[in-house]
Amino acid sequence: MNPFATETLAQMAFWVVVGLTFAGASIAVFPRNILYNVLGLALALAGVAGLYLYLGSFFIALMQLLIYVGAITISIVFAIMLSRPLHLEVPRRELPKVAMGLGASVVFFAGAVGVFSTTHWVPAADRGMDWSIAAIGHMLLTKYDLVFEVISLVLLVAIIGAIVTAGFTRRLSS
Amino acid sequence: MGSLVTSEWFRLVLGLVIVLAFSQLNALFLVWLERKVAGHIQLRIGPKEVGPFGLLQTIVDGLKLVGKELITPRSADSRLFPIAPVLVFMPVLVGFLVLPFAPNLIIRDMNVGVLLIFAFSAFTVLAILAGGWASNNKYALLGAIRSVAQNVAYEIPLLLAVLSVVLMVNSFQFSEIVKGQERVWFFLIQPVAALIYLICATAETNRAPFDIPEAESELVAGFHTEFSGMRFGLFFLAEYTNMFIVSAVATSLFFGGWHGPFGLDLGVPGIVWFLAKTYVLIFVIMWVRWTFPRLRFDQLMNLSWKFMIPLSLANLVVTAIVLKLV
Repeated sequence: MNPFATETLAQMAFWVVVGLTFAGASIAVFPRNILYNVLGLALALAGVAGLYLYLGSFFIALMQLLIYVGAITISIVFAIMLSRPLHLEVPRRELPKVAMGLGASVVFFAGAVGVFSTTHWVPAADRGMDWSIAAIGHMLLTKYDLVFEVISLVLLVAIIGAIVTAGFTRRLSS
Repeated sequence: MGSLVTSEWFRLVLGLVIVLAFSQLNALFLVWLERKVAGHIQLRIGPKEVGPFGLLQTIVDGLKLVGKELITPRSADSRLFPIAPVLVFMPVLVGFLVLPFAPNLIIRDMNVGVLLIFAFSAFTVLAILAGGWASNNKYALLGAIRSVAQNVAYEIPLLLAVLSVVLMVNSFQFSEIVKGQERVWFFLIQPVAALIYLICATAETNRAPFDIPEAESELVAGFHTEFSGMRFGLFFLAEYTNMFIVSAVATSLFFGGWHGPFGLDLGVPGIVWFLAKTYVLIFVIMWVRWTFPRLRFDQLMNLSWKFMIPLSLANLVVTAIVLKLV
């Protein structure tokens, strides 16, 4: 096997991306330092973006970076800034909380495995439909317009809620 | 051996070496230019002793930085502290992948090129935050927090300004956007978007008057206070390379990329036009730095949230309506 062939390179890239995702995910869960957790989460999300890239969807990969790494993790950082100071002693892990977290992730994992195993997977080349970004965009604004609008409405409510809450506490304190 | 030279692997390494060499050379030149510009604006002459016009000054300074000891403060986070400077420099390199230097001088002309540059800028923010936090120093942490708040606030109008150009061309591809400006540069059609882009780009690169993350008079040096030697050098390198990238993006989005003005190329090759315009924009950013005082934090936030974001949204809506009507 030629170690410099494009095929080998792609294989290597795939395993690097998978490794990054898993490493990031474990950093996001195990350390007791919340900033490590956030950076680990960013790493895991970037790894997922790499997987999208590997699946040939460049647009989704970049959106993953822009939205999840760029917006979501940074808003988590904001939440951390508003929470307890980092130099204080970290509270100990409580068994019930860990158990509940484990339980929730096991349920989610089982659900995901269920969906994976019941889905009828078709290789990309055999699919009859056009799955390009343009096609998906058209579908979002025609067939799935209602879903799209409902999601926008939820976001709008969230934004207004945040503004009202922040404005209310600010008026109380001044 | 033949298979090695023609392989994708070899092309990757070669491309990376060229990009790295260019970014170093560019940073060395820009630091010299900055000091010269600052000098002349302040009625001094800037560096002049080392080499002709002081041109070798930054090379000497760079060697000094390489030779210096890398100090890790005792109470700093020993794992994050050393990797933060590397993290800050890495995403900057990605930008070179899609910059359209000339019609056939684009490393990879992706159909989502514009998005690529802005997607990776998120990593710079996280790296600055990691560096400032890992230093375990009040000033560094304050600088890092300010940097995150500022970057979040200014990324929104920046993207909205870019979107109004993307709407006009119907493409995220740099080559398509530049081709759309063969006759008229987009800053004549989209002056508001161009201005918003330039202001926000100055803020995104943490340059004065938006340099509160590293405000010397308040925070020592902000997020990179504790970094010494080449670790500090990497932060510096990242800032100047970032400046090149935002100016190059502005050149290709608003100032015609590799085209001459009004379709007149005057026989000058595209890359010369491109680099000339990019460096003129960099000069403007430097000029602004040495002319305007630093904003206060609340002024900075108000400027973005209460003025730039509504303005860029309005600009986007007007662009969409006009495009629909015409």
